[in-house]
Amino acid sequence: MALEIAVEHRRRDFVVTAQFSAPAPGITVLFGPSGAGKSTVLAAVAGLLRADHARVALNGERLDRLPPHRRRIGMVFQDGRLFPHLNVERNLVYGLRRSPGGQVLPGDMADLLDLRKLMRRRISSLSGGERQRVAIGRALLSQPRLLLMDEPLASLDGPRRLEIMPYLQRLRDTLRMPVLYVTHATDEVYRLADQVVLMEAGQVIAAGPLPELAARVDLALAARDDAAGVLLGYVHRHEPERGLTSVACGGEVYLVPLCDIPTGDSVRLRIPAREVILALDAPRNISVNNIIPAVVSAIRFDEKTHAALVEIDVGGGQLLSRITTDAAERLHLRPGVRVLGMIKSMSVELL
Amino acid sequence: MRITASPHHEAACALRPGRAHQVTLPTAEEREVILLTLRVAGLAVGCALPVALLLGWILAARFPGRFLLNALVHLPLALPPVVTGWLLLTLCGVEGPIGAWLWKTFQVRLAFTLQGAALACGVMVFPLMVRAIRLGIEAVDGGLLAAARTLGAGPLDRFLTITLPLAGPGVLVAVTLGFTASLGEFGAVITFAANIPGQTQTLPLAIYSALQSPEGDAQAARLSLYSVVLALAGLLLAEQAGRRLRR
Repeated sequence: MALEIAVEHRRRDFVVTAQFSAPAPGITVLFGPSGAGKSTVLAAVAGLLRADHARVALNGERLDRLPPHRRRIGMVFQDGRLFPHLNVERNLVYGLRRSPGGQVLPGDMADLLDLRKLMRRRISSLSGGERQRVAIGRALLSQPRLLLMDEPLASLDGPRRLEIMPYLQRLRDTLRMPVLYVTHATDEVYRLADQVVLMEAGQVIAAGPLPELAARVDLALAARDDAAGVLLGYVHRHEPERGLTSVACGGEVYLVPLCDIPTGDSVRLRIPAREVILALDAPRNISVNNIIPAVVSAIRFDEKTHAALVEIDVGGGQLLSRITTDAAERLHLRPGVRVLGMIKSMSVELL
Repeated sequence: MRITASPHHEAACALRPGRAHQVTLPTAEEREVILLTLRVAGLAVGCALPVALLLGWILAARFPGRFLLNALVHLPLALPPVVTGWLLLTLCGVEGPIGAWLWKTFQVRLAFTLQGAALACGVMVFPLMVRAIRLGIEAVDGGLLAAARTLGAGPLDRFLTITLPLAGPGVLVAVTLGFTASLGEFGAVITFAANIPGQTQTLPLAIYSALQSPEGDAQAARLSLYSVVLALAGLLLAEQAGRRLRR
């Protein structure tokens, strides 16, 4: 079950050539600087842009051969695009009325996105965050086979973005459809992506599962200040007396501050590169809770900042460590060297 | 019935000298002229509106030949009204190709009838209406139409559920403007429908008749006053509608 995308579009001297496959269901994030061609790809997939060439195949069915309004490809736009002459409820059912029906029920959507109190409201009276929630509900109620989200949070300020994020995470876990999600905000990538497609200047630089791409020292995500490794795991055990929760990731157990996620639920850990300490020998009497055996798999030196970005293989995945070039030389780090990755429980973000 | 400076009316005025120009309620004859004018204008706008909506929608899109179609629609605005009237007479008169066909098939005659007067008015105000509607449609955010498209709405569906409601103020402007302009149509109406009291004699035509008569000045003045009142009311309505459009 997969979504196959191939888009080619030339406009004056800007060329977009994108080809990738995405898991279905699952969230595939198209990440890159503005002007990378991400939105062009989405518009071509939706059929709103007549690309020179666009191939959209979902489980083998060619959606690009249908007129745009028959493709059943839902879209959430950056600016919401709610119909100003209809109230919230009539906006929500606009697509539903034109759909053949399906699994997304209005009641479920109203609960999931917290829309019950808004039904009778006029669009002009909604806040930015409320608008985007309605826009997401409207798109989902049209029973799409594929959902496109074009920077759905970009028009919101900081607090409003944080307000919407939990809804999106909930959707990630409940929706059984493929989602293409365009953004240039890294927190959205780490929280939402199953799969990442990195784009630059109209080209796909790399595509793959988030944990793999996040840790690649040669790619854009790792080059940023907020670079981090991502591990997928599940809640193993709660230890209330110690105030800790243990999370199992590929044979290793990570201790994180006590949380209320049920045992057995899958979680993702985000571990910032600047928080990971590397050692050759096990230290004694140290406050760090997680000391994980690992093997260096790649190093990238940055002459300007005197920093070394080290990718380590921890068995269940890859992590990043940003240390000084001096430290990397003192420890003689190079690919293949065995190290210990030391991570404070307090540094682990549970997403 | 005929509104000329009738001896009867003149006599009435003569009995009460100095009151001729005083504002009084319209007489029965004048009421009939006003009513007929309103009927002609209403019929003209009612018939022109659907066609104007269609052309406004078409002209709001980009396509080859748009310039030509636009020029054709605007032709009555640029031509002398008498030429438009004569063209109508040539095409829709009893001898004309369209007029003969209408008579043969439906026993309907347009020339020298109220319907003919409405047709002449409709053709004359058509460019104004199309223009207002086109501007209203062009002001509709294309992004909303794209959103409707992803929600499964086809072209006609989008026009009816998104474009038309959002272009509503533009349509309102078209209707009020078309109606007001119809009230004052003269050249095309008199050429195509003639000046028949009770059938095609609208306010401007009645004023013209009054002025033809040597003692019709008072009558013309009264009728002109009604014209001014009607026109002002129409323009105020159009202005209100326009204000809503800009909002």
